[in-house]
Amino acid sequence: MSIVRTRPHESAESSPHRAGELTPLRTPDLRAAVTTVTSARTARLRRRRIVIAVLAALVVALFATSLMVGRTFYPPADVLAVIAGHDVPGASFTVGTLRLPRACVAVLTGACFGLGGVTFQTMLRNPLASPDVIGITSGAGAAAAVAIVFFSLGGFAVSVVAVLAGVAVAMAVYLLAYRGGVAGTRLVLVGIGVAAMLNSVTYYALDKAPQWELQEAMRWLSGSLNGASWKDALPLALAMVVLGPLLLAQVRNLGALQLGDDTAAALGVRTERTRIVAILAAVGLITFATAAAGPIAFVAFLSGPIAARIVGPRGSMLIPAALVGSLLVLVADLAAQFAFGTKFPVGVVTGVLGAPYLVYLIIRTNRTGGVL
Amino acid sequence: MTRDRALTVENLTVGYHERMVIDGLDLAIPPGKITAIVGANACGKSTLLRSMSRLLSPRGGQVLLDGKAVHRMPAKELARQLGLLPQSPIAPEGITVADLVGRGRHPHQRILSRWTSADNEAVADALTVTDTVELADRPVDELSGGQRQRVWIAMALAQRTDVLLLDEPTTFLDVSHQVEVLDLLTDLNTARGTTIVMVLHDLNLAARYSDHLIALGEGALHAAGTPSEVLTPALVEAVFGLASQVIVDPVSGTPLMVPKGRHHSGRSAAPRPDVPISHLAER
Amino acid sequence: MLALLTLTVALLVIMVVSVSFGSREVGLDDILAALAGSTDGFDHGAVARRIPRTWMAVIAGAGLAVSGAVMQGVTRNPLADPGILGVTTGASLAVVIGLAWFGLASATSYILVAIIGAGATATFVYIVGSLGRDGATPLKLALAGAATAAALSSFVTAVVLPRQDIAEGAVSWQIGGVGGATAASISTVGPFLAVGFAICLLMAKGLNTLALGDELAAGLGERVGRTRAIAAFGAVVLAGAVTAVTGPIAFVGLVVPHVCRLVAGPDHRWLLPLSALGGGILLTAADVLGRVVARPEEIDVAIITAIIGAPVFIAIVRRHKVRAL
Repeated sequence: MSIVRTRPHESAESSPHRAGELTPLRTPDLRAAVTTVTSARTARLRRRRIVIAVLAALVVALFATSLMVGRTFYPPADVLAVIAGHDVPGASFTVGTLRLPRACVAVLTGACFGLGGVTFQTMLRNPLASPDVIGITSGAGAAAAVAIVFFSLGGFAVSVVAVLAGVAVAMAVYLLAYRGGVAGTRLVLVGIGVAAMLNSVTYYALDKAPQWELQEAMRWLSGSLNGASWKDALPLALAMVVLGPLLLAQVRNLGALQLGDDTAAALGVRTERTRIVAILAAVGLITFATAAAGPIAFVAFLSGPIAARIVGPRGSMLIPAALVGSLLVLVADLAAQFAFGTKFPVGVVTGVLGAPYLVYLIIRTNRTGGVL
Repeated sequence: MTRDRALTVENLTVGYHERMVIDGLDLAIPPGKITAIVGANACGKSTLLRSMSRLLSPRGGQVLLDGKAVHRMPAKELARQLGLLPQSPIAPEGITVADLVGRGRHPHQRILSRWTSADNEAVADALTVTDTVELADRPVDELSGGQRQRVWIAMALAQRTDVLLLDEPTTFLDVSHQVEVLDLLTDLNTARGTTIVMVLHDLNLAARYSDHLIALGEGALHAAGTPSEVLTPALVEAVFGLASQVIVDPVSGTPLMVPKGRHHSGRSAAPRPDVPISHLAER
Repeated sequence: MLALLTLTVALLVIMVVSVSFGSREVGLDDILAALAGSTDGFDHGAVARRIPRTWMAVIAGAGLAVSGAVMQGVTRNPLADPGILGVTTGASLAVVIGLAWFGLASATSYILVAIIGAGATATFVYIVGSLGRDGATPLKLALAGAATAAALSSFVTAVVLPRQDIAEGAVSWQIGGVGGATAASISTVGPFLAVGFAICLLMAKGLNTLALGDELAAGLGERVGRTRAIAAFGAVVLAGAVTAVTGPIAFVGLVVPHVCRLVAGPDHRWLLPLSALGGGILLTAADVLGRVVARPEEIDVAIITAIIGAPVFIAIVRRHKVRAL
């Protein structure tokens, strides 16, 4: 045989294919492949849309339920009348002033925690790196408690302080975990340490305010919707309107970022900018929610993984996680108010329910040996 | 279907912290050909590739694509012309092949634009080319190493770029999959004229599968040219500090480097005519 | 030896300081009078109350520090600490449940229940944290501990909240302090701590062997499982007994052994006694700080230890290679 051969692509180089149409290399049936791809994609999206629709319907149903039930039951007609602005004796106050703002705050905080949490988890590729595990909610909660107890601040000022503290804690955790690059493990552990310290600050602030009712104190320890009013709902709604779209606009960039920084950059994503925008938006959402209802335990951490389990790997988790977050807070708050004979703050219920799920998640990932 | 793009490197200097990894490098990548970059570990191969795709900013000099500095091009515009497959990309848990390959369409999409039939076609084509259509619905986690690498290449193909850079596309693959991946890249270059630049570990595979071979040492260019011009015992000695012989690859006719080492090198310097060639030729 | 002596002197000094300084400023004459047994007037009374408090801080700190040192040895994990691993919260929950649902009354029964709670939590956290291929890595243990602590803490709140009659409410069962110490509580917890210390000290040699890794230790003739179980039992007794009288206090068990290891090296036969002294010093100092910085109010000692200890925790995390974590 001849040792020196003409290499196949040298001869092909001058072939007429060069400037031609899509040139099938193997299977000539490109149309069949297009059908496969299209139908796979449609099936994937159909499941996702169904899940999102069901979740949204559940949120609406629970929202309605939480307006109707309570010490007095009001039928849907009364509730609708109150929402429409009519004066219904009894219902106008109970539903309009007490239940409606509370339900709105529940939906909004849940969505904020869900969105913010899943953003962190996606970006850091680690479900444990959620803002409530790595100390960001603790920071916002501590700052809010200190602002109220020591500086007698209230309303919007508390939100601002909480947001600033949340951003500062996020930066501090990042910098403390930085040692020639940030490893997820180190970030999570540093966050646990920072959270422990900040929780102590909250305890300290609570210690200084003995005149507080325990319920009010619990709000800053584990989150509570008791006494939620329109004053709490308004900044939250504002944050959601401004920061929600900002975050959703990053969906595709975040999707590319999941493939690793290098791959994302090669796909034309400006990785640093995406990360900064997403972190700021997520921290904003989380801290506004914390300022309104306290650090409702584990909602930010749980929403993403639960959404991922329901939806499966079918595109971005942002919207499903927001819905799951709202659902969690609504359910937990209903349970906290009516299931136990005593009224608990919502955070106690999410804490009791959520922590076993965290343990389960650790067990599951430890078993499979996967990366958490 | 691809255009020839002129990719050149001018007086490029790149470094991390104090250390200069590449210092004043000049290069021209021949358009429409396969170029392989070889060199010892930590000689700046990956750094060069990452600078060419603007993952790293140069300290000095520039990388030009058709005369335009890549570091001043809008990110997405560059990503439509030049693709990069990094050494260890990350597949999110549970993602399906079709979904992963679809992510390669990112530079062609805007924030609010919808997924179009053109996107579907690009994905279908990328799957067809890489022979992964049947895998479209499978989770990437479940694939074998070779399949996974083909899927990643499909993702880079869905990007529809004229130039494709690959950082060690054959690492972690066993030898049959290495050949499979390199054959695929050759097919691609042959049929579409895509300019391919890859960093390769294996000198012999690099020599066999490239039209143009670049040997780097200590961040500087040692040699560039056709494999037979570049791969010589003198170069192997200079770049890797290894005594070797270069013989003719009996299968492809390209140069084949045979290391000497301290042991088992007692035989005569000339290739033994009876053993290797006839033995290989039978296969 | 020198270190032992220095720490003993330091402990005595800090104990004197603890009796002398508090949220109320008291003159030297009055302090001496109070120490002589007088309880006339507010000043003498204040000083008299500082005496059991000081002793409690010393023995609680010693117990937590030794418990932490042993847990680090047993799990070969630099981040082990009864607080971080959720063991103290488990003890706390057990006591709260006993109070609320089982009418627990005697101080001794508090302590026994707390030890059971601590033991159950420690076992659970260790099992969860060591599942999987690479065993109990620091990250998995710390996470399992943090998650368990958070869950148990919610349970504590859930149990206490409807029962305003229980002690001082939810917060005091979530954040520990030594302010309520009395001579009676010290004499109740004392025997338990003595037993815990004795068990731990007896296992010191075994812990040294364990440090070489399970396989090598077994090769050296150590009965790995038994050593680990007995040492862990000692650590749990200490952590549970302390928590029953003070409430959960974190980070003492983390910080003190690390500092002592810098001085004494890794030999547990030195490390454990030094840690006991160091723990006493740290907790007493933290208590004095808590009484002085916010005069006329007091800050619970667990808040101070968290603020001092968390930075040390972070420093340890930063110092270790990621792969080792």
